[in-house]
Amino acid sequence: MYQTTVQPNLKTIEAFDVERVRQDFPILQRLINGKPLVYLDNAATSQKPYSVIDTVRDYYSMLNSNVHRGVHYLSEQSTLAYEDARLKIKEFLNAISACEIIYTRGATEAINLVAWTYGRTHIAEGDEVIISAMEHHANIVPWQLLCEEKKAKLKVIPMTDEGELIMEEYDKLLSDRTKFVSIVQISNSLGTVNPIREVIRKAHERNIPVLVDGAQGVSHLKVDVQELDCDFYVFSGHKLFGPTGIGALYGKAELLQDMPPYQTGGDMIRSVTFEKTIFNDIPNKFEAGTPNIAGAIGLGAAIDYMKYLKMDEVAKHEKGLLEYATQRLNEIDGVHIIGTAKNKASLISFVMDNIHPHDIGTILDSEGIAIRTGHHCCQPVMQRFCIPATARASFAFYNTKSEIDKLVYGIQKVIRVFG
Amino acid sequence: MSELSELYQEVILDHNKSPRNFRKCETCNHDAEGYNPLCGDHIFVYIDLQGDTIKDISFQGSGCAISKSSASLMTSILKGKTKQEALEMFNKFHEVVTSRIGSEQDLSSLGKLAVFSGVRDYPSRVKCASLAWHTMISALKEEKSASTE
Ligand SMILES: Cc1ncc(COP(=O)(O)O)c(C=O)c1O
Repeated sequence: MYQTTVQPNLKTIEAFDVERVRQDFPILQRLINGKPLVYLDNAATSQKPYSVIDTVRDYYSMLNSNVHRGVHYLSEQSTLAYEDARLKIKEFLNAISACEIIYTRGATEAINLVAWTYGRTHIAEGDEVIISAMEHHANIVPWQLLCEEKKAKLKVIPMTDEGELIMEEYDKLLSDRTKFVSIVQISNSLGTVNPIREVIRKAHERNIPVLVDGAQGVSHLKVDVQELDCDFYVFSGHKLFGPTGIGALYGKAELLQDMPPYQTGGDMIRSVTFEKTIFNDIPNKFEAGTPNIAGAIGLGAAIDYMKYLKMDEVAKHEKGLLEYATQRLNEIDGVHIIGTAKNKASLISFVMDNIHPHDIGTILDSEGIAIRTGHHCCQPVMQRFCIPATARASFAFYNTKSEIDKLVYGIQKVIRVFG
Repeated sequence: MSELSELYQEVILDHNKSPRNFRKCETCNHDAEGYNPLCGDHIFVYIDLQGDTIKDISFQGSGCAISKSSASLMTSILKGKTKQEALEMFNKFHEVVTSRIGSEQDLSSLGKLAVFSGVRDYPSRVKCASLAWHTMISALKEEKSASTE
């Protein structure tokens, strides 16, 4: 079977050594505006290790050909590599079978797929769909449009001022009318880690299926879809140190089998006559057309890399970063952290007195520090906290405490400019 | 990249801190709302147009230092100008903030607007600087809303 170039070295790491890990990421050696890059925009997209970059390059230089259609050597080999990556995703999420893993362009497409196939066939007039107050637009708009089309209602679990879901309100929202729950695992704008196990358990008591938006979850937490017992789980490769344009939908096989196709065309059919088309089995039924082969194989390499780092080590390091950054930012007069949930991922949204996040972003950029400013595709969250935008520093395992010191120095510069 | 101080010039910082004409104009007969979805800048421009002359102009809203100071400077420059002059100013301003990096420009004809010449080195901030101006044009054309998208 096709192996990525770097595989032989990727056993498991002995002990987590952040300086050593940083060497795996070429972009982290770059200067921005004459200063070493301090990349704190990992929730938007994460950087890629050599193993991913090399895997994609090797695929195009040595293996490129279409999948599932040729009898020639290259096509067979690229099909093997493409399906091998699906197996890696299956293991990464601990799904029962690889046929439960559907490749998509990312989390957004995966949610749309579920809304327009499962949703369209199971949600009718008068039904209700539950989401939360901290969803990304990608987990609001598909459901909103579906509800409009079906004359169904979208219900929203509210949150506290700390950015925690109010579970008693969730209990009240659940009813015989509820036909679907779609919930974010980790909020990209607040960092809150939601109690999704409980959300799922309560929905299942009423036989309501649950989709978990794991876009931010996969890079911070160990995910086990069987243990969670979620019905669907979605994520994007690019936030997991893999390529852009590839992601996955996990769905329980029995649900996927009953769902109509999303897009139609090549690869997703078994036989076509002008009278009738018979669709392929899952997962191919949902993968019409030539897929992002290089992306899928690159995502497989990213998952190998995560396995090599070990999720527990990553979580421990990130916890240290979050605690340190929270403490340092709280020490600065005029800085206010938005999102102070007890259970938080390594991400800090903040605002400053009389200084707009956009100005914070530009000044930090002059120091080589990349953060995100704006509404983070969560306009309802901004409305909830009555702010136009926030500045957000989001950390990955390759970030360091000294980078947090630079962030603090940068924020002090912001205060000097606007003081 | 250019120096940060060229973007955040003293005049800009000053107008950001104490914006001029930051109020609702009671006698306004033209107004429009401007929104920049990327950063959440949100402003309202009010104009009291008498014949062809801008008798009074003011603004309200929230935004970054660049958008707020741009709105503030715009209102102080346009008060008393004709519609035609406002349009010419808009075109001039647009040129200042979008002209190619490094291109030589005669900044002397721009008066106070020249302080925004630093913006062109920050492509992501051009929309912040021009939001008020687009909104002003919408108000004059009675379009009610402007967006930088
Ligand atoms: C929580 C959450 N959901 C969904 C998405 C959408 O992901 P993508 O744009 O990769 O499809 C994001 C990306 O920012 C996110 O943070």
